[in-house]
Amino acid sequence: MADKNTPDEDIRIVNMNEEKHIFTMLVDNEPGVLSRVVGLFSGRGFNIDSLVVAETIDPKISRITIVTKADRPVLEQIEKQLNKLVNVIKIRDLTGPEAVKREMALICVKAKTEYRAEILRIVDIFRCQVVDVGREHYIIEVTGEAGKLEALIQLMKPMGIKKIARTGPLALIREPN
Amino acid sequence: MEMTGAQILMEVLKQEGVDTIFGFPGGAVIDIYDELAKTEIRHILVRHEQGAVHAADGYARASGGVGVCLVTSGPGATNTVTGIASAYMDSIPLVVITGQVPTHLIGNDAFQEVDIVGITRPCTKHNYLVNHVDDLAKTIKEAFHIARSGRPGPVLVDLPKDVGNATSSYEPLEEVNLKSYKPTYKPNMNQLKKIVQLIENARRPLIFAGGGVILSGASDELTRFARKTQIPVTTSLMGLGAFPGTDPLWLGMIGMHGTYRANMSTGACDLLISIGVRFDDRVTGKTDAFAAQATIVHIDIDPTSIRKNIPVAIPVVGDCKVSLDHLNKLADQTNLGDLRQKREKWLDQIEQWKSTNPLAYKQEDKIKPQYVVEKLYELTGGKAIITTEVGQNQMWAAQYYHFDRPNHFITSGGLGCMGFGLPAAIGAQLACPDKLVVDIAGDGSIQMNIQEMATAVQYCLPVKTVILNNGYLGMVRQWQELFYEKRYACTCIEHAPDFVKLAEAFGAVGLRATKPEEVESVLKEGLSVPQPVIMDFMVEKEESVYPMVPAGAPITEMLLV
Repeated sequence: MADKNTPDEDIRIVNMNEEKHIFTMLVDNEPGVLSRVVGLFSGRGFNIDSLVVAETIDPKISRITIVTKADRPVLEQIEKQLNKLVNVIKIRDLTGPEAVKREMALICVKAKTEYRAEILRIVDIFRCQVVDVGREHYIIEVTGEAGKLEALIQLMKPMGIKKIARTGPLALIREPN
Repeated sequence: MEMTGAQILMEVLKQEGVDTIFGFPGGAVIDIYDELAKTEIRHILVRHEQGAVHAADGYARASGGVGVCLVTSGPGATNTVTGIASAYMDSIPLVVITGQVPTHLIGNDAFQEVDIVGITRPCTKHNYLVNHVDDLAKTIKEAFHIARSGRPGPVLVDLPKDVGNATSSYEPLEEVNLKSYKPTYKPNMNQLKKIVQLIENARRPLIFAGGGVILSGASDELTRFARKTQIPVTTSLMGLGAFPGTDPLWLGMIGMHGTYRANMSTGACDLLISIGVRFDDRVTGKTDAFAAQATIVHIDIDPTSIRKNIPVAIPVVGDCKVSLDHLNKLADQTNLGDLRQKREKWLDQIEQWKSTNPLAYKQEDKIKPQYVVEKLYELTGGKAIITTEVGQNQMWAAQYYHFDRPNHFITSGGLGCMGFGLPAAIGAQLACPDKLVVDIAGDGSIQMNIQEMATAVQYCLPVKTVILNNGYLGMVRQWQELFYEKRYACTCIEHAPDFVKLAEAFGAVGLRATKPEEVESVLKEGLSVPQPVIMDFMVEKEESVYPMVPAGAPITEMLLV
């Protein structure tokens, strides 16, 4: 029987309390581990905003960085549930300023003659670089915090963005001075 | 020493103390079976792989050990999924070994190939695909370690056929050390001290215990704690037997079909000490209204259980037994005052709830299912191991059989899996050959794994099946009666086999009672014969389980008889 005590109202309230958090975890670098992590999110109805995964300096260990949106109790659950996975060695919430965060994007922008100089000027100001040049396009590589990438994308939009590929953020805790 | 994978598997199983395996052979595990037959390990040939897992589950619960299954690849593996999911929900330690096609064929859609590791990832505590024979011994050791430690659960090991045949040098491994898996057994003492302080000041304290208490073997500690502090006790379905069902402090089960006094006490208590529970929706009803006046303490070995469904003031991550042991010591050192006087009003109130709305049913011309369970309780002196199917039979068993001991009530609580009781009874009987084991069943549920009667007969296991036969899928019918204006859509299963003849066809004993006055004699006869028995009780067709809390309502708002 459907539960009659969950009116739509409640759901909206929950949405208002949602926060974006970035979790980073060290996991065994084995087949199926990513599936365990992702399956946990889908199976329990948690959401994934972005996901980055690659090997660490130790080839037996990978680092997974996940951005998720949820309210406080659910965030607590996400962290605990991830920790419970046998293959997750360590997990940390790196949402705060104690961590450095960087994203990357490859932006393929239309580069008609009249815009070429303007695009290069913006690339220069944003300290990013052109990694591929054609008669009608540039591919720009940009790294930075999410805000910088957003700003660049907004400036490129009028020229016409043909394609874009973005990573989610990576995060690393700052070492004490 | 150079050994084949199959031989190594046997060595590790022996080292882990495995004496019984439930299974069903097939192409992918034929080499393992060949080695198994050379060992002392007893193999129980079930008639369906689901039965193997439920039997291993029953074996694990009755013995307190790890249940082990061995099945083949493909359909053998997929048939275990329901049993694994049930064990996962109820935190039962199992190691399920599935055969797999040879490694070079994996991913080729080979005959009887299925990605069972992928399928069971969300319903196992952990699982493995063994790619190389060199990893086999370590993997099996880890599987047992993970299954039985922390919050227990099922672990699946998928074993490709060629890994079983390949050879490797084998040295027994003593210890398992997983850097990413270290359950917390020892609780935070400061948190425990806070609990004792809360008990000192509480006026209406209540203990709510669950399956975790039974799993950690903490029943004695719990009983001591409750008696020492004079705090009344309720449990979840999974916790029945964790506290003596005949103790004056016992309130009966909590939740959807909990007793009036247990649910009312939860609504009124000012301190709720929850131990080894996970606040299932069948326990809490409407979560906002659950124990709304109480400071909630939650002790559990699994941090994810804490604050998952219910906000908690004092969380304690730790083993139930270790925590209760410390709490008992702390309580000994503390002057709790004159508890009799302190609790008088609270216990009087509870007594009043008990007398105004006790568990009850009306005795009529037809056999009442509750009466059958009551008689069973009486005739067995409350000492039988009871397994159940799922639905009304399960709830009546929980309400009317008063469990005094842990590991004596074996039921599929979380998953609510019909067809559980008979194979679980077989497993429990193998674990406890000298005990009386009774499956309380419905006519619907029993048909889901009735084929296991053949297993019971083959191995001379005198399990007793009590069918409360009402010709309906009774629990769903009850919901249809209450919430769907008696539109009994597809819940009438009158077209059932003659269970007496069916029992006889299996080589078991079949008995039937159609009138209340026959109940006692049928039970007496059925319980005393040394064979497996099916007792078919033709009960009142439209009897319902009360009290009942409609789904999503506060548990204090009960429908009473």
